[in-house]
Amino acid sequence: MSTPPQWLPWQSRSAILSPEPILELEGLTKVYPGGLKALDDVDLIIRRGEIFALLGPNGAGKTTLIGAVCGLVRPTSGTMRVFGHDLATEWRKARSRIGLVPQELSTDMFEPVKRAVAYSRGLFGLPPNPERIEEILRSLSLWEKRDERIMALSGGMKRRVLIAKALAHEPDLLFLDEPTAGVDVELRKGMWRIIDEMRDRGVTVILTTHYIEEAEEMADRVGIISGGRILMVDEKDAMMSRLGRTEAHITLAQPLDALPPELCKFPVELEDGGHKLCYRGGDGTGKGKEEVAALTKALIAAGIDYTGIDTRESSLEDIFVTLLGEDGETA
Amino acid sequence: MINWRSTWSIYTRELMRFLRTAFQSVLAPVLTTSLYFIVFGAAIGGRMPDLGGVDYGAFIIPGLLMLTLLGETTSNSSFGIYMPRFTGTIYELLSAPVGVGETLIGFVGAAMTKSLILAAIILLTARLFVDYSIAHPLLAIIYIMLVAAAFSLFGFILGIWADNFEKLGIIPMLFLTPLTFLGGTFYSIDMLPKPWDTIALANPIVYLVSGLRWTFYGSSDVNIWISFGITLAFLAACTGVIAYIFKTGWRLRA
Repeated sequence: MSTPPQWLPWQSRSAILSPEPILELEGLTKVYPGGLKALDDVDLIIRRGEIFALLGPNGAGKTTLIGAVCGLVRPTSGTMRVFGHDLATEWRKARSRIGLVPQELSTDMFEPVKRAVAYSRGLFGLPPNPERIEEILRSLSLWEKRDERIMALSGGMKRRVLIAKALAHEPDLLFLDEPTAGVDVELRKGMWRIIDEMRDRGVTVILTTHYIEEAEEMADRVGIISGGRILMVDEKDAMMSRLGRTEAHITLAQPLDALPPELCKFPVELEDGGHKLCYRGGDGTGKGKEEVAALTKALIAAGIDYTGIDTRESSLEDIFVTLLGEDGETA
Repeated sequence: MINWRSTWSIYTRELMRFLRTAFQSVLAPVLTTSLYFIVFGAAIGGRMPDLGGVDYGAFIIPGLLMLTLLGETTSNSSFGIYMPRFTGTIYELLSAPVGVGETLIGFVGAAMTKSLILAAIILLTARLFVDYSIAHPLLAIIYIMLVAAAFSLFGFILGIWADNFEKLGIIPMLFLTPLTFLGGTFYSIDMLPKPWDTIALANPIVYLVSGLRWTFYGSSDVNIWISFGITLAFLAACTGVIAYIFKTGWRLRA
């Protein structure tokens, strides 16, 4: 059985990240023969030991970006460096340290699990290491299925086989392209545990997803891509702090015609014919909650009674939607 | 620099794929060759005169060998690279630190090995029907290996070019097999009336069959060195095309 992962506070994890860049993309552009610009002058730096989530809608360029780094896509222009190696000239050294789990369940379905994983290790030029293969298969709960043909496994297990194959050559940088696409909630959470274990082993993980909750749950840093352009890259917490908002709706016992002067210092406005007081402020760090508490005290001090408070913190999804909306407007 | 571990992984995996269907892979050529010998060797061959001092049953052995060799080598190699493209598993090869050297030696080497195993099986099967001896066994082995290498490369190109199963089968079915039948498998070019004996020389397979026949019996329709030259030229051309494909990523990388 695999060892349960050690869940650490995300904040502390971010703090222990090494600033050393292991992937550097500069001006990366890909224009497909039909004229579609899948990547548009992408600059990106990935640091050792982090989990980086690349968020974007379908067709945003996530898979093309991964393909360019992993050798599946020929970039039109730009430079890519992995562990200091230029991918154009030192691709052998660079690729030997990269693992890829593709979005599609692409593998020889007639092959037994163990042989398929051993093949992947050999393909990357490493000598056979049955102990290491066993360790990988056990960590992914595949050891019992080692002699079964991949076609006989469930969808979730097939995806784990792909992860095992990608880990067989002990990569330092692992790309997971939509690792939880089409899997149920339980499997998705299992996959998150696996990703977390990989990070604990020191593997840097870049995952693409269009599940916002996945990025929110897993990532140290988040990049948002749309139309082939990176719109924003930041620490998840910093992004939440910078772009996050608190929203509070206070239902008043008696409607107000106008805002009393005592409340004007708060970012509030009257709604629903003066029956509700709406607060929109804060920065995602808890400042909003503090202001809402202060607001309620101010209401009481002003003799304004209320019957209910409904507060909500904006999620990464709100930020994502807002950014994509702005991008759509400016595009 | 070639990474031999990667090469060995590709090579052994391809051979495993062959072994998975070993029964079909071995039985089919044995059965086909036996039928050819029964029909052409025993039934018709008994009424045919010796050709160049060689019994007709023995005369057709190099041609039959070439017929199987070209078909099996081309299809093994083309399927070897086409299937990963079709199923998407080629991502693993493309993302690995392997280049044209490892890929070619792995895939083409495996296709060659399969073909040489089949060639040996066919020769053993032929022995059951016809008594024959090989005049230049070393040259025969070298020549068979050269042809297997050339057509493995050709099949590799075919597997990269094809974007559907129809295209994959069309070249061997519509070109290779007919050209082999018309390339002197069952007759000597000298037996053709004019001007067909001259026209037949435009068929490249004539040189291959003739070359192999020379290594068996020491005589052939075409000079042995011309046969070797054409085989080597074809090998070089296919290598050049594959080098270009890998350099540009044509049909391999988006």
